[in-house]
Formats: sequence, structure tokens, C-alpha cells
Amino acid sequence: MSTLVEIRNVSKVYERGKQKVEVLHHVDLNIAQGDFLALMGPSGSGKTTLLNLIGGLDSPTQGQISVGGARIDNLNQGALAKWRASNVGFIFQFYNLLPMLSAQKNVELPLLLTKLGAAQRRKNAAIALQLVGLADRAGHKPTELSGGQQQRVAIARAIVSDPTLLVCDEPTGDLDRQSAEDVLGLLQTLNRQHGKTIVMVTHDPKAAEYASHTLHLDKGALVEQAAHV
Amino acid sequence: MKYLHLIWAALFRRKTRTILTLVSITAAFLLFGLLDAVRVSFEQAGQSVNGAERLQTQSRLSFIQTLPSALESRIAAVDGVKDVAYANWFGGAYQDPHNQIFTFAVSPNYLDVYPEVEVDPAQRKAWDATQNGILAGEALIKKYGWKIGDKIPLQSQIFPNKEGSKNWNFDLLGVMKSKDGKAFQSQMIILHWKNFDETTPYNRGQVGWYISRVKDVNDADRVAKAIDALSANSDHETKTMTEQAVMANWIKQSVNISLIVTSIMGAVFFTLLLLTGNTMMQAVRERTSELAVLKTIGFSNTSVLGMVLAESVLLLLLGGIIGLALVSVLSPAISQGSGGVLNLPRVGGTTWVLGVALALAIGLVIGGLPALRAMRLNIVDALAGR
Ligand SMILES: Nc1ncnc2c1ncn2[C@@H]1O[C@H](COP(=O)(O)OP(=O)(O)OP(=O)(O)O)[C@@H](O)[C@H]1O
Ligand SMILES: [Mg+2]
Repeated sequence: MSTLVEIRNVSKVYERGKQKVEVLHHVDLNIAQGDFLALMGPSGSGKTTLLNLIGGLDSPTQGQISVGGARIDNLNQGALAKWRASNVGFIFQFYNLLPMLSAQKNVELPLLLTKLGAAQRRKNAAIALQLVGLADRAGHKPTELSGGQQQRVAIARAIVSDPTLLVCDEPTGDLDRQSAEDVLGLLQTLNRQHGKTIVMVTHDPKAAEYASHTLHLDKGALVEQAAHV
Repeated sequence: MKYLHLIWAALFRRKTRTILTLVSITAAFLLFGLLDAVRVSFEQAGQSVNGAERLQTQSRLSFIQTLPSALESRIAAVDGVKDVAYANWFGGAYQDPHNQIFTFAVSPNYLDVYPEVEVDPAQRKAWDATQNGILAGEALIKKYGWKIGDKIPLQSQIFPNKEGSKNWNFDLLGVMKSKDGKAFQSQMIILHWKNFDETTPYNRGQVGWYISRVKDVNDADRVAKAIDALSANSDHETKTMTEQAVMANWIKQSVNISLIVTSIMGAVFFTLLLLTGNTMMQAVRERTSELAVLKTIGFSNTSVLGMVLAESVLLLLLGGIIGLALVSVLSPAISQGSGGVLNLPRVGGTTWVLGVALALAIGLVIGGLPALRAMRLNIVDALAGR
């Protein structure tokens, strides 16, 4: 399998006033195309920080990150935004749907950044909703959906523009066991059937079991105890 | 345009708040439209096409001072003068001192110099023949429900009649209409100067002002100077102006409409700026994580900036357009309700342009800060709730 994400000697330093906090220390990591990687670790260990770097939401203080052979660590904000739009889908703990928009319109959002016409956008969003099993809820607002359903809408939104990479920050952190299993099953399907590369941060060992392997982060460094499930 | 539904949804995220804000914007623009209409109606007063053709001669000292009636023939003899009429201030109140009606005592040919005023020929004839007759403007007749043949009691503020009473009684003999609805005579009463002069012991052959028509509009300046030369160095020096200038002077002496309108609007829009500015700021602050999500998905900083700006501009435009549309509906009703005292024009192109420009400007100003905030929003911090 070829490498999709290549992280070389990446450090991230946050400045709090005069105080500098190094959150990630010289991280090296390769993520293969088609991988489903779980990132675990104690709170504050830098999981979200690393995920944000992989997803191009933030840039490292030092080191190189390439995704699909293209360097993203030195892109400016505008270029990163463009890159994210076509390469990454994001899934958050609290779904982060726009509350005023229907499920359908939420899923269509990323397509507004493409050249697709209105009819095609509607069609693609409908397909994505169907894929997550919510075709019958297209017209519902987020408040009219359960947490699990909202997260599935968020997943539909993340995959609608067909990105190669999905990054998920505790996608089941706010869900009950059953909904969590639905969401994890869905992610697994996306990984196995549709070839999406997934990086998922989680606190939950049961959730990590759905991934093909797990990496542990502690105090900003990867710990060598990767184990295949 | 693709983003319009997003902007719209953001705008009505908090329905009640947005509607309340919209109501205050609408109210501000309603006020703006009405005040502007008042300003325009004052500006237009006396701007009839014949305005420049008519010259008004009054005492140089003050328009309350009267002039000798002997001037009539001398003015008529000035080269370039077509005809001369004259009038006196009578100042009538109907029933209640608050019902002030512009009432002039006029020469027999007064209406001839105002060809835009229409009087039925039979009524005109009856009025010409009746010393105690009056003609009343259409608007007044409508307002007070008068009928031809009615006895109209009018109270003069200044002039007593023969019995020493300020209560006069006149016979209503006809209606003055104006072709374009703009002539001020449609809100006026005229009586015979002869009747006035003979009845009140106060007048004795004095005239309030002369109105002369010039033969050639382009000659008006010279004619005006020639008329004033007649009384130079006398005890009744005159000042001859166009009707427009007289009207404008009179209004300027009484009130500075522009200043009033400008200061009221300044205060209103300043308040509006603070109110809507605060609303927009709050609206964007509440939406921090949503804006962060848009950016995460790949919306650029500038498009987020644009969307917030568009939202506040849309809010202002909505309120502004509803407000001005209300003015269009209300101003005819107000004109009618005022019994013709206020003659509000239709909301004209300039008012619309000004109003829309104002809405745009306010929208940009109040949207500016929140939009910049949204643009600068750091995704990672916003997502983490920092
Ligand atoms: N923008 C920032 N400014 C300052 N410090 C930050 C910033 N982002 C993260 N940190 C700090 O970096 C450390 C790692 O944060 P991060 O969010 O990556 O942890 P995490 O592993 O995702 O934790 P959790 O499991 O609680 O989500 C924390 O100590 C955090 O306070
Ligand atoms: Mg985290």
C-alpha cells in the first residue's frame, strides 16, 4: 500500500503570551492509503492538534507534512482552504451541523465550493444521505434528528465531495453505545468498501477496535505500541 | 448568489431578534421617507412652471408692511409687465383658532395671474358679482365638508369688521382647483380686496403685495429692478422677487426644514447604527463555531467576510425597502389626512436611491466589524471553543 500521509519531524508550539507550549515533539508518522487509523491517548496529549495538522486546519511550527505527495505544511491559509475543500472530510464530536439548514442543505455545503450546478449538488447530496441511511430525513433540521442521525448527516457532508481522507475527532464521544456502533460501522464501510483513508481520534478502546490499527500519543509524542486488531 | 440561502438562513437564525431589528430598521426608514417627502414638498412649493413668469413685490422692510394701492397703475405701466394683481393677508380661522386657513383678500384679476388655478366659469362669474363672496380651495372644501352657497364664518386674527368684531361671515360661491394638484390655492380662501378694504377700518387702501406677470421670462430681472425703482427712496421701498424666492424665504424664515430633517435623521440613524451594529456583533459571536465549520469545509476567509457583510446589508436593505414601501402607501393618506396642508410627493427616484444607498452604507458599516472578526476567526481555536 502506498503512503497517503507523510509526517516528518513535526513539532507544534503554541504561544500563550510569553509562554511557549510545545504540544507535539518531533512526530514522525506514515499513514497508508486506505488505512483506518485510531489515535488514542490521554487528554491533552495532542491528539486533536495532530489531527488538525493532518487535515490542514493548522500548520506545524516545524517539520513537513505531505498528503498524496503534496506538501501542505507550507501552504498559506487560502491555499489550505482550497486544499481541504477537495481532499479532506471532517467529522467532529458535536457534529457541527448548521442548525438553520436541513440535512440535505448541510450535506450540500461542501459542493457549493465546486463547479457543480444546483441540480447536480442536490443529486450528489441525496446519494450521500442515502449512503448513510438517512434518505428519508433529508428535509429535517438538525434539531429534529437524534445525535446518531446528526453524526451520520455530518459523515454524509464529509464524504459528499469524495475526499480521499476523512479525519474524525472523537466522532462517538457524544453518542450512546448503539448510535456509536452505527457510526463506527459506517466509517468501517467507508474505509473498506469505498477506500477512504480514515484517521480517528478516540478515547474509547471499543471504538478503536473498528480501526485497522491504533497509535498512542502521550505528551506530544507517539508511543511505540501499535497493535493490529 | 449560490450562498444566498446560507446568508438568509443565518439572518433568520434568531427569528424574533431579527424581526425586532427589522422592525426598528423599517421604522427608521419610514421616518426617513416621510421626512424626506416633507422636505421635498417644501422645496417644491411655489415651483410651478409659471413661477419665474410671476414676480412678487412686497415691502422691503418686512412682508407684514403694506404698500399703497396707487402703485398698481405705476407697476402696470412698467415696460415688460403683462398684468398686475394684488393681495392682502387676512388670516382666517374656521370655528376653532387652531383651524388656520390661508385667507387672502385679492384684486378682481388675482385669478388671472394664476392660470393654473381652475374655477368653474359660472362660479367665477357669481364670485365676481358678489362683494361678500369667497372662493375656497378644493382641499378645504373636502376637509370641512362645505357646499357651494354655505355661509362660512371666519375669524381674522387681526382685522375687525365694521361692527368691530373679528368674526366675519362670507358666502361660499365656488371652488378653486389646481390642474396638477400643486397650486397652493387649493388650500386657500380668497375674498374680494374691495370688500376687505371697505369693511375693516384698519386698511384704508393698502395692499399687502403685488403679483405681476412679465411678458418675457428672460426679462424678469430687469422688470423686477424697474418695479423696485418706482419706490426707491420713498417711505415704502419695495423688494421684487420671484414667487419661488418669496416662498423659499418665507419657509427659511419660519423653519430650517433641511436642518430639522437632517438632525432628526442623524439621531435616528445613529441609534440604528448602534442597535443593529450590536445585533450583528452578537449574531456573529453566537455563530463562531458555525463559521469555523464553514472555514473547515473550505470556505475562504474572504467568502466568510463577504457572507457576513451580505447578511447585514441584506438586513438593512430589507428594512429599508419595507420602510420606503410603507412611505409610498402612507404618504398619500397623510397628505389627505392633513387636509392639503402637507402635500407629500410620491416617493421619488432620488428618495429611493438615497434610501437604498443609506441602507447599503449602514449595512456595510455595521457588518464591517463582525465580518472582519469572522474573517480572522481561527478555525482551531473556534472549534475548541477558545
Ligand atoms: N491554540 C492553542 N493555544 C494554546 N494551547 C493549546 C492550543 N491548542 C491546544 N493547546 C494545548 O495543547 C495541548 C494538547 O491539546 P489537544 O487539544 O491536542 O489535546 P487532546 O489530546 O485532543 O486532548 P482531549 O483528549 O482532551 O481532546 C493541551 O495542553 C492544550 O491546552
Ligand atoms: Mg481533542
